Amino acid sequence: MSAPGVEPVPLPAKRRMAQLVMLGFAVLIVMGAYAAVGLGIDQKIPSGMLTYGLGLGGFVLAAYLVLARFAPWADPLILPLVTLINGLGLVMIYRLEVGAGGKGGASATSQLLWTAVGVVVFAVTLIVLRDHRSLQRLTYTAGAAGLLLLISPLIPFLGQEINGARIWIGIPGVGQLQPAELAKLALIVFFAGYLVAKRDVLALAGRRLLFIDLPRARDLGPILITWGLSLGVLILQKDLGSSLLIFGTFIAMLYIATQRTSWVLIGILLFVGGAVLAASIFDHVAARVDVFLNPEDPKLFERELGGSAQLLEGLFGMSQGGILGTGLGQGYPGLIPLSFSDFIFAAIGEELGLTGLMALLMIYALLVERGLRTALAARDPFSKLLAGGLSFILAWQVFIIVGGVTNLIPLTGLVTPFMSQGGSALLANWILIALLVRMSDAARKPPPQAIQDEGLTQVFQR
Amino acid sequence: MSELTLLLIKLAFLAVLWFFVIAAVGVIRTDLFGSRTAPAAPARKAPKPVKPPAKPKKGEPRQMVVVGGPLQGTTIPLAETPITIGRANDATLVVSDDYASSRHARLFPQDGQWIVEDLNSTNGTYLDRTKVTRPTPVPLGVPIRIGKTVIELRK
Repeated sequence: MSAPGVEPVPLPAKRRMAQLVMLGFAVLIVMGAYAAVGLGIDQKIPSGMLTYGLGLGGFVLAAYLVLARFAPWADPLILPLVTLINGLGLVMIYRLEVGAGGKGGASATSQLLWTAVGVVVFAVTLIVLRDHRSLQRLTYTAGAAGLLLLISPLIPFLGQEINGARIWIGIPGVGQLQPAELAKLALIVFFAGYLVAKRDVLALAGRRLLFIDLPRARDLGPILITWGLSLGVLILQKDLGSSLLIFGTFIAMLYIATQRTSWVLIGILLFVGGAVLAASIFDHVAARVDVFLNPEDPKLFERELGGSAQLLEGLFGMSQGGILGTGLGQGYPGLIPLSFSDFIFAAIGEELGLTGLMALLMIYALLVERGLRTALAARDPFSKLLAGGLSFILAWQVFIIVGGVTNLIPLTGLVTPFMSQGGSALLANWILIALLVRMSDAARKPPPQAIQDEGLTQVFQR
Repeated sequence: MSELTLLLIKLAFLAVLWFFVIAAVGVIRTDLFGSRTAPAAPARKAPKPVKPPAKPKKGEPRQMVVVGGPLQGTTIPLAETPITIGRANDATLVVSDDYASSRHARLFPQDGQWIVEDLNSTNGTYLDRTKVTRPTPVPLGVPIRIGKTVIELRK
């Protein structure tokens, strides 16, 4: 303790204990969910409860130990929140696998395996990347890597087209990967580094027209290039989700960097222009808009590819769930096509009801809040932009897929972060969380001891 | 397994899920009420302090807040260690500002006061309106200007 009379200086607490308790709580909830699934389906606690529950618990305990060693000041909530979302996703996939009798593509074992890989990648990122500001030096490398990853599915022999979208690359021995998931991270690093260097000219130059500050015409370059890029993704790969994700994130980061509303307005205008153009020219976009406007049309319902059956089944499922849901293991989420990946949100809505969905959305919101809080507390502009961009893309992704599943906006195939079955997305999102943890550690760490000696600075003074 | 048990399990699970959300909000409660809750807790346990220890000594700042410029909203808790401000990457507060020098200014505690010292910067450090030419004590709430960045000491 300090000497009497001297106030102990308040430091931001590490909150190690709180984090451990919340982690245990999250793992317990997940194990409870496994038990509830088993009791709901065949009246006994499933044998998988211990393997899956303790497996997840072991992985996150390892992640926690790495975090406590290499990022001790990190935010105490990020890891428990991610653990719960990832765990609930695992439970839901397990439930769908059991419900379908092992057929239909849902595989809890492979998802648990990918969770393990994700945790390992999380730990490696934390250990290797001691100072996230070194990423700023890789600005243009990251940009090039992001572009390369984004266009890699278009390369003949390497790229593969599945369900109408050319967003996969096949790697012998591993299976298919979606490089766009990793491209997102690289592009955010690029956007952050680029905007730190260019934000002054983008924020200050221009003239005032009526009530908004318009930028100069020649400063429109970056936004037009990003727009062209996302249109390219839309047209060549038929991937609406990634296209919307990249452009929206760029607009948000531009706004964070410059605080100029005119960029958001220009972004929205460009987006609306692009969307109207795409919907009138390309069939696959027009089909999505048709389904969005008239999902109950029998002609659309019976259409084989790109029909409204999936959307309607999801809506029926959620209405079946109502306020409190049917209970885990007691609904029929297996009726929804792809309910283990794109439509996992509808499956959860059926079994946990509105109450469960709201809790889930709250957990996502808290995760995003912790990310934005990190951005606020960060001490240099690059970290602020990177943390802001990463948290925004998480929120934006949840909005796009949940909005699509609930028919608020046209459906675009995107994964629900940490929940949907899919290795590449899980991997990329664990890296995203590692970056956020690394930055929150740097932001909450107390200021370091000054190195220079008192006498030396005096010499240089005048 | 009766219908009732399943219903109870379902309700219990939803309740626990929401309890997790509430517990998570409880963990971050300190964000809302500032760091004051941290020293207040041990103070309550102390057996009859002579003076109320929860209150800081008069005029003793607890945090540095950026109130203007691109880093607006950043707060740095004040410890015993000096704080450096500048464009250099190892500064405590890194400002990316064409008007700031790489090692621009320094804040350090001395006898319960915080002193600002200009580190021979090109464009100078201003305490309120006056240029800082030698180490000067910083009163609470008086703005320090460094390039486009304005910082203040607060309790």
